[in-house]
Amino acid sequence: MINLTIDGKKIEVEEGKTILQAAAKNDIRIPTLCYHPVVEPYAACRVCVVEVGLRGKTDLLTACNTKVQEGMEVQTKSERALGARRMNVEMLMARAPAAEPIQKLAKELGLEKTRFAIKDPNEKCILCGLCVRACEQIVGASAISFVERGTDRKVTPPFGEPSEACIGCTACAYFCPTGTITFEDKYGREVIHEELHLGPTTAIRVPIRQAVPMVPFIDAQACIHFKTGECKVCAKVCDREAVNYDMQDEVIEVEAGTIILASGFKSFDARRIPAYGYGRFPNVISALDFERLVNASGPTGGKIKLADGSEPKAVGIVHCVGSRDENYNEYCSRVCCMYALKFAHLIHEKTRAAVYDFYIDMRCFGKGYEEFYHRLLKEGANFIRGRVSDITDMALTKQEERKLIIRVEDTLIGTVRRIPVDMVILGTGLEPGMDHNALAKIFNISCSQDTFFLERHPKLAPVSTFSDGIYLAGTCQAPRDIPDTVAQAGAAAAEALALADKGTFALEPVTAEINKDLCSGCQICVGLCPFTAIIYEKDEGHSEINDALCKGCGTCVAACPSGAAQQKHFRDAQIFAEIEGIFLV
Amino acid sequence: MSNATFEPRLVGFLCNWCSYTGADLAGTARMTYAPNVRIIRVMCSGRVDPQFVLKAFKEGADGVLISGCHLGDCHYQEGNYKALRRYKLLSRVLEQFGIEKERFRLEWISAAEGIKFQQVCNEFTEQIRRMGPLNLGPNGGKHE
Repeated sequence: MINLTIDGKKIEVEEGKTILQAAAKNDIRIPTLCYHPVVEPYAACRVCVVEVGLRGKTDLLTACNTKVQEGMEVQTKSERALGARRMNVEMLMARAPAAEPIQKLAKELGLEKTRFAIKDPNEKCILCGLCVRACEQIVGASAISFVERGTDRKVTPPFGEPSEACIGCTACAYFCPTGTITFEDKYGREVIHEELHLGPTTAIRVPIRQAVPMVPFIDAQACIHFKTGECKVCAKVCDREAVNYDMQDEVIEVEAGTIILASGFKSFDARRIPAYGYGRFPNVISALDFERLVNASGPTGGKIKLADGSEPKAVGIVHCVGSRDENYNEYCSRVCCMYALKFAHLIHEKTRAAVYDFYIDMRCFGKGYEEFYHRLLKEGANFIRGRVSDITDMALTKQEERKLIIRVEDTLIGTVRRIPVDMVILGTGLEPGMDHNALAKIFNISCSQDTFFLERHPKLAPVSTFSDGIYLAGTCQAPRDIPDTVAQAGAAAAEALALADKGTFALEPVTAEINKDLCSGCQICVGLCPFTAIIYEKDEGHSEINDALCKGCGTCVAACPSGAAQQKHFRDAQIFAEIEGIFLV
Repeated sequence: MSNATFEPRLVGFLCNWCSYTGADLAGTARMTYAPNVRIIRVMCSGRVDPQFVLKAFKEGADGVLISGCHLGDCHYQEGNYKALRRYKLLSRVLEQFGIEKERFRLEWISAAEGIKFQQVCNEFTEQIRRMGPLNLGPNGGKHE
């Protein structure tokens, strides 16, 4: 351990640390620009200059790359240190007059303007090289570097052209202390819900605030480490050494007696209706996008904002997007009317914007739902009955300029209306979840015409399927809201438990059997049985059916040339009698 | 007997899991369809012994329908494939007996396809009505 003083305070730090690290650990602030804890220090900006006394001699040194030594007396705010820092910042002011952090720093140091000549009033870059070091040390791409010398020195990719080595990680923009390097869309806009992913995120993150378990994961698609093998910043900063880059997906096999399928839904992809402009207009968003936007732990902290960051003055909510529509899904998705009302209420509460709801029929079917609708009517939401034909940005009047225009036939007053709004929320419907068809194949269950899983009976067995021991819960069976899903899931759990608790299982009584006296041992049935329930007893010269394996399809019976195989309740004689019987009337 | 007043007698062998349930759905949904198909339920279309079809024609059926789950959807994994193979072979045998192959029909109707069951019943009935009755002699074989 090394003992030193900083601003008169006695400090003990490990050997090999820098003055800056020692100060930071003791809450002593030394200003920096070109320093970042995960990048090797370079001492380019000279803002962290401090006065260091050692063995009776004092000197001006940069704190970021000077290692601590026994008996050092560091002064961060001495007249000499401040004077030097002021001079350095004054020169930076001339070099990069447009950089805000430098102006802020100058103000702190009592500087108003620089005495030196300004070459370019719009310059922001201080040539600290943090971006170059980050690209080399963290990303491992070395896509940018310093070129030219003296007054022409600048940071650029080779030959000033987009570099093939660049992986587009935007780490340079992230590290840049003065905001010189920015990440913008092709129109030069900084967007809040860029590509409707609703805000920037990081490659290592907690998926959602309510995640269980509450631990971060690494998005390998976005992580720089998985692209270049470098970076590992998260592992460097993690005290607990919990970051593991070698983890792989695992397939876990579980043996279960009963299964409840609750594979859920996916939201209708509004891009399938091009006239609504989802994906084309940044302010046309889907219901799930809005949920994210309005969430207190979301990218805007729950503030309802347009793509440019301003607050909407008028919002349109379109019901039945992808539902009750012959071209997409004929069924009603049930939940959309109520969440649309919730949205209208939230918008009213948070922004006081005018809200327009475009509906076909209001379907407020649940407990307290109709009352909520009436509350919205009193709050002043505008309800327009009619299906929206399209959403455009083509203004016909001054009032419509820079707005989204919703065209709709108002069927209650019998006229086509154009409603200008700032934001449109598409009330997207529910569709069976991803892998729905693959799941149906795996569990051998069928789908109804609307492609949701089919229950065994609509009234008498609404949570069972045609496969014994497999039950359904939630939106994989049909669109439904949360209370209904919870109720159905309870029913499915009870059915599954009842079966598991009993421990025994009643077999179908319709299994097949083989009359030993008639069986010639031809073994045609053995090859036909899909469940390998038939075994040929070689010594006895006939085949036998294992009752526990036989599911009672009767394929073997239909194929038996001697009539030795018979299916209980579906014997040949019974069916022949049935055929005779139906012609009696 | 003219074809207009002729009411075909048809026999339908329906599998328990898909087609019979589909017919049930047509019923619970109150769909109307030709009542000419008389239904015999079997557990699987793979249970339909070719003898059943021959017996039905012998007893006086003007047409026979076998209906099972869509290929790949069989409750017993592959019973409907076996029905398909037997159907193809039996169709050739029937022609040799002088029974037109149009009188013997195989359809895949799922439990959700009440509408398809309705259509198949109506179409098949109309088709056989146009073809007229099947006149088999007392020992099988068609009267010329």
